[in-house]
Amino acid sequence: MLLIHCPYCEEDRSELEFRWAGEAHIARPENISAISDEEFAEFFFLRNNEKGLTYERWRHIHGCGRFFNAARDTISDKFLMTYKAGLPKQPVPASGEGETR
Amino acid sequence: MVDSGANVATRTLPLSGVHGGSSVVRLEAAAPAERINLRVRAEDVAALSAALGVDLPVKPKTSSSGNGRTALWIGPDEWLVFGDVRTGLVASAAKSGALHSATDVSHRNTAILVSGPGSAAAINTGCPQDLSLDAFPIGACSRTLFGKVEIVLLRTAEDAFRVEVWRSFSDYAFGLLSEGARDAAL
Repeated sequence: MLLIHCPYCEEDRSELEFRWAGEAHIARPENISAISDEEFAEFFFLRNNEKGLTYERWRHIHGCGRFFNAARDTISDKFLMTYKAGLPKQPVPASGEGETR
Repeated sequence: MVDSGANVATRTLPLSGVHGGSSVVRLEAAAPAERINLRVRAEDVAALSAALGVDLPVKPKTSSSGNGRTALWIGPDEWLVFGDVRTGLVASAAKSGALHSATDVSHRNTAILVSGPGSAAAINTGCPQDLSLDAFPIGACSRTLFGKVEIVLLRTAEDAFRVEVWRSFSDYAFGLLSEGARDAAL
């Protein structure tokens, strides 16, 4: 079982309490009625689905209920770090640092 | 028209009359309580604390009691407050004059009291949290999972817990706790 650090509960909790909530840092276009269909499709449907380091939103749905952001390695499934929602994309700590689970 | 008591409908409480456990765990249904789910912004926490007569805890996983009421930290802007029936929690909160959301969930939840030296082991049957006294001291509380259902767990003493669970899930929670109680006695 993975342990995930919730930045609001300030504690490592079981993965069972969490839900994945898609890619993080996707900004809604400010002029959404003016953009073209292709631009809308890009914003709405297309995701990077990166192999390796990826930034995701997660929700501590069976805990504090808050959304937060996580940097995760999709190859090893390790959570490299988590941080509160609303913060800009955070640099991942150098390898060997951070959460190694 | 109210005549003899024979015709008066009485409310059947979820888990009314049930009891269970094992040689190391005692399980019983808690008395009916009034409960609210409270959402407050950080700047209005003091006003709501004063209105309710209980300090809303702002540290994760902590609870506080006062004025016959208990407030549990659920999230950064969310609390579960419970107390004796018909003491008007929603009305008390409204007197604060501050912006908040107080939802009466008295009958959405019911509670199971788990006590005895095996109570942490019984709860850990279905709950992934570390319930050692270091990680989950007396007064600690958390919304978490118990088997397939969501619960709010509060440690009331070294070997006693209150398990708040939605009423429609209470049979399941009680059944799994009973199994956990048996396992804890092995």
